[in-house]
Amino acid sequence: MGKLLFILATVLGAALSLPAAGQDNAPDVLVKTVTNDVLAIVREDKDIQSGSTKRAIELVEQKVLPHFNFTRMTQLAVGRDWRQASPEQQSKLVAEFKDLLVRTYSNALTGYRNQVISFKPARYQPADTDVIVRTEVKQPGAQPVSIDYSLRKEADGWKVYDVVVANVSLVTNYRESFAAEVRSGGIDGLIKALQNRNKSLEAKAGEKS
Amino acid sequence: MIGSRKVEASQRRLARRAGLAALAGAAILVQGCATSGNPKDPLEGFNRAMFALNEGIDKVVARPLARGYETVVPLPGRTVVGNVFSNLSDPWIGVNNLLQGKVREGASDFGRFLLNSTAGILGAIDVASEIGLEKHEEDFGQTLGRWGVPDGPFLVVPLFGPKTLRDGIGTIADGYADPVYYLVDDVPLRNSLYGLRFVNNRALLLPADRVLEEAGLDKYSFVRDSYLQRRRNLIFEGLPPRNGDEFNDEPAAKPGSAPVPPAPAGGESTSAPAAR
Repeated sequence: MGKLLFILATVLGAALSLPAAGQDNAPDVLVKTVTNDVLAIVREDKDIQSGSTKRAIELVEQKVLPHFNFTRMTQLAVGRDWRQASPEQQSKLVAEFKDLLVRTYSNALTGYRNQVISFKPARYQPADTDVIVRTEVKQPGAQPVSIDYSLRKEADGWKVYDVVVANVSLVTNYRESFAAEVRSGGIDGLIKALQNRNKSLEAKAGEKS
Repeated sequence: MIGSRKVEASQRRLARRAGLAALAGAAILVQGCATSGNPKDPLEGFNRAMFALNEGIDKVVARPLARGYETVVPLPGRTVVGNVFSNLSDPWIGVNNLLQGKVREGASDFGRFLLNSTAGILGAIDVASEIGLEKHEEDFGQTLGRWGVPDGPFLVVPLFGPKTLRDGIGTIADGYADPVYYLVDDVPLRNSLYGLRFVNNRALLLPADRVLEEAGLDKYSFVRDSYLQRRRNLIFEGLPPRNGDEFNDEPAAKPGSAPVPPAPAGGESTSAPAAR
């Protein structure tokens, strides 16, 4: 009996702590929940605060990644050249770009110092499948920095496909430099450039810790 | 002592003039320089050299100064410094909003200035933001952009950083409209205020250094593309006209056709579309 109660409690607990799973959650609620969850952890984690990229990456992979659509992000960043990439090249591009973005986002987390995030009221219709959720990072004595998330409704919930920081789209900002790589070395040249970048960043992170 | 200060001041002014001269020089070079293939950045070779120079200055002078400042001045002090300069900038931001036909935003900027200068003790406390009068970001380069002046070539100006030709010209106007420039007659004091503002602004950007260093395939193009994208979005209040070359994986959407309507801008400049 005690064991049954325990199992019941565990299942119930898991169901409550995973509101996104299978449910048609509102995109603004999703952004708010994930942001607050992640920042609550960062506030407690001394390793992340002291600049441990490794810990931050673990956190991002666990909490943030499931809500991102990296294939779409890569498509948008590569732009027109995407169509000329073979399925194999496409999956390599997605994997490498994902690595780079996760690392960048994780590093941003290590710079977090109790700034206040405010969530602006989201305006969208129930039928919308593509929405922007606006947030703002407030720090004392400085202008607030806007962080806007573009989300699209997919079969397994809302997925972020772009993050716009201070009016700069993280995804389309890569378009020019990606196109330049493709012009000079083809799709494989771009894959190689991304691989090299990730490798050198990994080596640098290794030196630090 | 005063003499050496004067020398220092004139050197700084010289540096400033040199920056502007380089801007003008670069503008002349537009026709003559070898092109790099990127239509947005015809002076890429020159720009990359200036970028490297600025990076060097930042590494050796600006960043260490900002770090030291952050260590010496506690956060409440830095907040007051930031607020006071921010308050001084609000009237010119208001003028630019009015020049762009955004009367409501302009009025709000002047309201901010009045409130913060009085209740906020000469701008030390940003009372206006707390009661919901939002801080805006406007400058003369944006006004020119709104009036239809094209970007012109991208430029990296020594000491001033990334600019477009239009925004470089805007920056010169902003410099003359800067209260620190026209209210403070004492040159050493004025230059100290310029210095303090610069170091305070640089200190605010310190947390972004690492991201900027690591995010791009190539820092120069990452910074350039961020700058151009940001300016474009600032001018059009986050809703710039589409280029027509947007990649879209929806077969139904033709290039250049209206994109999925984005959620209306939450909370800010709701009157912007009407004013456009």
